[in-house]
Amino acid sequence: MMIDSLQQLLQGIFGSVFPLVWTLLKIVLIIAPLLLGVAYLTFWERKVIGWMQVRIGPNRVGPWGLIQPIADGVKLLMKEVVIPTGSDKGVFLIAPMFAFAPALAAWAVIPFNDTLVLANVNASLLYIMAITSIGVYGIILSGWASNSKYAFLGGMRSAAQMISYEVAMGLALVVVLMVSNSLNLGDIVKSQGQGMFADKGLGFLSWNWLPLLPMFAVYLISIVAETNRAPFDMAEGESEIVGFHVEYSGMAFAVFFLAEYANMILVSALTALLFLGGWLSPVGFLPDSLFWLFAKISAVLFFFLWIRATFPRYRYDQIMRLGWKVFIPLCLIWLVVVGCWMMSPLNIWK
Amino acid sequence: MEFKTFVFYFLSAILVFASLRVVTSRNPVHAALFLVLAFFTASGVWMLLQAEFLAISLVLVYVGAVMVLFLFVVMMLDINIDRLREGFWSYLPLGSIIALLMVAEMSLVLGGNYFDLFEKSVSQTAASDSNVKAIGRLMFTDYVYPFELASVVLLVGIVAAIALTYRGKKENKAVSPSQQVFVKAKDRLRVLQMPAEKRD
Repeated sequence: MMIDSLQQLLQGIFGSVFPLVWTLLKIVLIIAPLLLGVAYLTFWERKVIGWMQVRIGPNRVGPWGLIQPIADGVKLLMKEVVIPTGSDKGVFLIAPMFAFAPALAAWAVIPFNDTLVLANVNASLLYIMAITSIGVYGIILSGWASNSKYAFLGGMRSAAQMISYEVAMGLALVVVLMVSNSLNLGDIVKSQGQGMFADKGLGFLSWNWLPLLPMFAVYLISIVAETNRAPFDMAEGESEIVGFHVEYSGMAFAVFFLAEYANMILVSALTALLFLGGWLSPVGFLPDSLFWLFAKISAVLFFFLWIRATFPRYRYDQIMRLGWKVFIPLCLIWLVVVGCWMMSPLNIWK
Repeated sequence: MEFKTFVFYFLSAILVFASLRVVTSRNPVHAALFLVLAFFTASGVWMLLQAEFLAISLVLVYVGAVMVLFLFVVMMLDINIDRLREGFWSYLPLGSIIALLMVAEMSLVLGGNYFDLFEKSVSQTAASDSNVKAIGRLMFTDYVYPFELASVVLLVGIVAAIALTYRGKKENKAVSPSQQVFVKAKDRLRVLQMPAEKRD
């Protein structure tokens, strides 16, 4: 086929370093559409929220405003990056990279279908949890390096929020990997394709979201808090709260902005893979394909935008209460319930 | 040179540099960040030894959680590095004895092949073998009692941390309207009568 001939051509050109070149090519093929997706997610967000608030949204640059994200990007590139006096310059500039890089690195193990995955690692879920937990450094370091007490307090606040919800998220994931008996994302998706309903052609009822409905709810709310999005957007309430990136401008700020949206796409992809059956088709008469995965990711992303336009912001102490006193006990109880369920004769995950 | 060897030396060079900077850096936050780098590189070295579960847990637990809390504390404390360094020369003999002991221990372990300490060489595992499964199986069969014991110790640690910082229930400041309506000005306000004093 075409891919094979391309592979042979490149092998002829590069010789022994061919595997490296081939992997780099695959990385580019994942990252480039992802960055484009990030750009158009910002556009789509403004459009959707516009429609929900009976406005039109951006419609000036290009047809239907489609060039708007490109124009925004160019604008941010042109702006000056102001580095405050007394700030720790090195750390100040490294912090946005700390926020953005994990959101890209995690895509290495995300499977797109049975065979399409950059690195098929056995412990891929663990890898994702480890890599995404590094993102919190971007927030703390930017708050500290800015040499401003407001940025510092904002950084502390956001970091505490992210760490709290990581615990609830991790416990919800433990339940998922318990029932799928694997840490491999591909195997987790495959394990959702079997069961009583899947045999009858109603695959969407045997995905993890239904038997693990409380965990699905906890996970869905936790990812919103984890990505610092409304209604848990303590990091950037533009007019009300000062966040960790108050001293950042130009491209340095834009990297934080991109990191937020890249993280949104990442956690949406994880939700689709872990709870919504990944690339599996919802009904028996339609084939499994990549299209379903993208449709599910888009649906979860739309959920993000929808609740942003719907709910007022949570108060900070209520956020912490929800995380520590509601979600974590709920997860711990459900962990035991599912454990007992799996050991009982009613086990549906055999 | 094999690619794997190159990766090992590359990671080791970073690891040694980062560890040195942890102890020589003048800024405590920078020192903590170099420690993060050291952990991350160490996990890369472990990955080369096919211990992917340990490597990922090192990043998850130490980089993702412990060092974040560490940074929190270091950033909020007012640390004067010059005062910390005052006792350097008086502590040096004790420190060097401990360092020498550690070097001796490490050379015993690392030179294990030479001193004939190991019973057999470590066998290479296939790529499809799951590290997690193997560790989990051992942990919940052969080592289940030590494992449970360790978890109890951790639980005691959590309880102790709460017991040390818990200052009793906070006084409730909410007002009860039924009591509030009976309040009279006389109960709250005392008007003092002071005779005027004569000016000198």
